[in-house]
Amino acid sequence: MSDELAFLGHEVGDSVAVAVRDVEAGKARVAFLDSEDQVEITTTESILLGHKVALVSIPAETPIIEYGEVIGTSKSDIAVGSLVHVHNIRSNRWQVKA
Amino acid sequence: MASQGLTGYRRANGTVGIRNYVVILAVDDLSNAAVEGIAALVPGTVAIPHSYGRLQFGEDLELTFRTLIGTGANPNVAAVVVVGIEPSWTDRVADGIAETQKPVERLSIERNGDLNTIAAGARIAARLLQDASEIVRTPVERHEVMMSIKCGESDTTSGLGACPTTSEAVDRTVFAGGTVLFGETTELTGGEHLIANRCVSDPVRDKFMSFFNDYLATVEAQGVDLLGSQPTQGNIRGGLSTIEEKAMGNIAKTGSVPVVDALEPAVAPSVPGLNFMDTSSAAAECITLMAAAGAVIHLFPTGQGNIIGNPIEPVIKITANPLTAATMQEHIDLDVSGLLRREYGLKEAGDRLMEIIDRTINGRLTAAEAIGHKEFVITKLYRSA
Repeated sequence: MSDELAFLGHEVGDSVAVAVRDVEAGKARVAFLDSEDQVEITTTESILLGHKVALVSIPAETPIIEYGEVIGTSKSDIAVGSLVHVHNIRSNRWQVKA
Repeated sequence: MASQGLTGYRRANGTVGIRNYVVILAVDDLSNAAVEGIAALVPGTVAIPHSYGRLQFGEDLELTFRTLIGTGANPNVAAVVVVGIEPSWTDRVADGIAETQKPVERLSIERNGDLNTIAAGARIAARLLQDASEIVRTPVERHEVMMSIKCGESDTTSGLGACPTTSEAVDRTVFAGGTVLFGETTELTGGEHLIANRCVSDPVRDKFMSFFNDYLATVEAQGVDLLGSQPTQGNIRGGLSTIEEKAMGNIAKTGSVPVVDALEPAVAPSVPGLNFMDTSSAAAECITLMAAAGAVIHLFPTGQGNIIGNPIEPVIKITANPLTAATMQEHIDLDVSGLLRREYGLKEAGDRLMEIIDRTINGRLTAAEAIGHKEFVITKLYRSA
């Protein structure tokens, strides 16, 4: 793993954090805006700068927490360390109409 | 006593500008060629052409008049030449601007033609420009410099870096007694409760929620929602997944101060502090409305790299995205990507932004000014008659 910081989260307890550089699969460091503590995570795939990683295992139909607020809902099971984006989460406000 | 050696232009009505433009303002689309002709003959003036001003009616017409009058009245403008196709609406706009007591001249094209209008307008513009060149900068206070904020082409780095940095400047400006405008009504979706909770009183909260609910009702009345439009394709490329996530980043730039009022578009604030204005989230429309409300300096956090400018309000671009900072240098005034790498904290990023703000107030050209970005877009509420 690169020793450079890989992910930055808004608040400890969020279910996702943001890649601050292009991150390869493997072990990576995560920091938080509201804490001095860092944690380590193992990413299951490469995650591009600005894209989000799951910090915890997220079952389908679960609220996604970022900024300490709900920013959407999982559409499918999301494994810890995998990419979180439009393919596996949806808005709670505006949704594709059936 | 002036703070931090700030200087600006004191206008006859007591407002403070940081630029000293002579504007050649079109009342309507038909007059664009004339205003551009005048500005071409008198370099140093600023032509403001636009796409509307004919056969509008009701609230939509009132908003166009308010936008044009507010643009001419903006304290960054020393004098105005108003050009319209016919005299009546030209008078309406020119009279509105003249209430500021700044020099305003008017020309209408019917019974003159473009060429005579351009010749007469150029003679007037040259005189106004010479007169404006003798207006000198004087010491001003930070609270007299009205600020606006709006972000664009946002991504996740906006919420982590550029917006919190902007937030620092909002708080410091409001703590100094200043006035800051924010808007982007639909981009608060999912975080509207956070803004509502910050409103200073129930009447302000009711006004804000009424603007918010009306805007969403307007969208839904088209039989659609904004999925596919909000987040934009640029937002999604940058990692933003939902409107709620985008809203959280948007709100992250609004500081920690209370929301003192909720304003209709292009209406000048009457209470110092952080004011909400009901606006589109499209950059050019939003900043045009904020400048028309009297804002003289704009802070624009961006992620993927929106390149917006404005003809009369300097726009300062802030990014925390290292790729954008590296590939779009000519558009970026402040790179705070070090925040993402935790090389420094928000206070230091805020200090750097305040330094850029102060230099911009004192006359340093922004990136957008240097390369000539002058987007001016009137907000259209519905189709013309």
